[in-house]
Amino acid sequence: MSNYITIAIENLHVFIEEKFAEGFSYLLDITAIDYSEYIEAQEEEFAIVYIIRHKDFKQILVIKSYLAALEVQSITDIFSGADWLEREVYDQYGIKFKGHKNLRRVLNHCAFVGHPLRKSYPITKGQLSLCVDDLQDEMNNRLLGKSVVCKLEDGSFSDCSKDLMFLNLGPSHPASHGTIRTYLALDGETIEAAVIEIGYLHRGFEKSCENHTYNQIIPYTDRLNYCSAISNNIAFAKTVEDMLGVTLHPRGQAIRVLLLELSRIEDHLVCLAAILVDMGAMTNYWYMYNPRETIYELLSKLTGARLTNSYMRIGGMTNDLHEEFESDLNNALLKVKEGVDETLSLIKHNRIFHDRTQNIGIITPKDAINASLTGPNLRASGVAYDMRKDSPYYGYENYEFDVAVGSVGDVYDRIMVRFEEIKQSTSIINQVMKTMPEGEINVKDASIVLPNKEAVYTTIEGVMNQFKLTYEGVKVPAGEYYGSIEATNGELGFFIVSDGSGTPYKVKVKAPSFTAISAYADMIEGFQLADAVLTLGSLNIIAGEMDR
Amino acid sequence: MGLAEPGLPLDTAIVTKLEEAIGWARESSLWPMIFGTACCAIEFMSVAASKYDISRFGAEVVRFSPRQADLLIVAGTVTYKQGPILKQIYDQMSEPKWVISMGACASSGGFYDNYSTMQGIDKIIPVDLYVGGCPPRPEALLDALLTLQADVKTNKYNPDRHKDFKGLLDNV
Repeated sequence: MSNYITIAIENLHVFIEEKFAEGFSYLLDITAIDYSEYIEAQEEEFAIVYIIRHKDFKQILVIKSYLAALEVQSITDIFSGADWLEREVYDQYGIKFKGHKNLRRVLNHCAFVGHPLRKSYPITKGQLSLCVDDLQDEMNNRLLGKSVVCKLEDGSFSDCSKDLMFLNLGPSHPASHGTIRTYLALDGETIEAAVIEIGYLHRGFEKSCENHTYNQIIPYTDRLNYCSAISNNIAFAKTVEDMLGVTLHPRGQAIRVLLLELSRIEDHLVCLAAILVDMGAMTNYWYMYNPRETIYELLSKLTGARLTNSYMRIGGMTNDLHEEFESDLNNALLKVKEGVDETLSLIKHNRIFHDRTQNIGIITPKDAINASLTGPNLRASGVAYDMRKDSPYYGYENYEFDVAVGSVGDVYDRIMVRFEEIKQSTSIINQVMKTMPEGEINVKDASIVLPNKEAVYTTIEGVMNQFKLTYEGVKVPAGEYYGSIEATNGELGFFIVSDGSGTPYKVKVKAPSFTAISAYADMIEGFQLADAVLTLGSLNIIAGEMDR
Repeated sequence: MGLAEPGLPLDTAIVTKLEEAIGWARESSLWPMIFGTACCAIEFMSVAASKYDISRFGAEVVRFSPRQADLLIVAGTVTYKQGPILKQIYDQMSEPKWVISMGACASSGGFYDNYSTMQGIDKIIPVDLYVGGCPPRPEALLDALLTLQADVKTNKYNPDRHKDFKGLLDNV
């Protein structure tokens, strides 16, 4: 249930505070819209958008304010998760936030000039990066907050009271799972302060969306969370279908549920395999990764690709399940079960595993919600928020499954929640296969779904539909819409602004990994260096989704 | 050179050219350094795992320190922000060294023709082999490795081959 409101900018901060007190205490996303090329003139050229969820996890509030001046009061005093989200808006749109303590670029490099998501910024105008941000100012400010350094009158910082060693973990480091830079101040092995730098894989997804048709964007969504490509396809296709006001036939919905759960298994397998390698438990990598290969074989048969499947389309999917799908699926699920069982038998009662993971990298439920954590990471802290239960779609309410929650919110819980989710997903898949309805996989609407090839080659209507849909794209009614699903890493949402054409005017991804990494620094401070590696692994940061 | 032929008496003396002996030794002891940034890195995980098993070809000693590696595999999109890092890693590798560009993004920027993505790593470092695909299948990377090994064995890649290369980040 989503509510869209427009508020005058001067009342915005008070309004958000009031809503926070009413229970809208879970910030999903902050973004801006540049209306300068929109079909009809708006009140002002720029608007800022806040998407906030109620703590009952059912209602969503989308608040929009037009900006006369490019400055807004920061809401970091209400939501800690707003910190990086505001930095991103500043980086991409050049909107300043009053009261934000560290308003620096987050995705683009430090030498970047301009704000790329403004309509006036040409999409292909690249800028070489010749410098590296030393992050020392931010580090000093963090240390200042912990009274480890003092600020002198001339603005410089005095020597540290402790004998600190500064260390860069990444950007290119085997434990950083992609390219993430963690800059640490170490006292012995203990992390006194941490500063995180991301954006190394910022490849302009949102800007690219603005010059591709809706179906052309599907392959781009594959590469957000590339460990579970289909779940991104589904999240995007479902959002656009909701804007179009169409619903899939039950068979299409069931196939999507099935593939969503298979993606979840696939994603958790690689996350768990990688974190166990980080811990030195190499054997488990083979146990967990080989079942993934079996899933790849299944997906290759079904979609033609192993990893980046691009299987969904607006209004359905490319093709129906293949003939031997069921036996291939059962074989894959069997392999998954074997792999999970073997791994658990090695780690469940393993003292080293317990010592390395328990009470490490803890985040409390209150902090986790305030920092906008989502998915397995949030559930590990004991918050039973799962969109599949709280705001079900595609008939999730008809399947029987449990929501796995942790009790401490440490690395152990985050790992174990994922193991349990693999089991629950397997159970959902089995239920879907038992009740798989017959019928169409695509919506019956020639203005949305491509005609079949026979029609294209033999009828004039077919040729015209094919041409118009390919050339102009699916026409989505003008408007602004936020849609989301429970993807493998949590709530994956798309905020889309349409101007009625076949190309979105603006797309913003609410990326679970982005908010997770913004909470990471607070989670590792006070723990040891080796714990930081496991904490990062347990958050399952996928760079494609985090940096977009 | 026939060293691998079974049945040679143990006291056989072999006469060969030094460069051929070196090529033969290098061929099966390439130590890759993976500069994995995105989706292609996940496919590299498959190449390293049991099914495709890169160790069958003597290139499984994956290093994460450029100083210990002689084969740089760039697996994934390289953005402008990452450029200086990749360049530094390449510079830290000692000769002889080879570079495989894995996937469309590393080779040409792929379908990310926009403000943040470098349009191919050969804008900043020289590349010996390009592997197409988004991402390439594991077989494709293994094929690139075998191609490289064949050339390494015959010393086709002379150390001065990139002498005239000038990247965007050189001398700026």
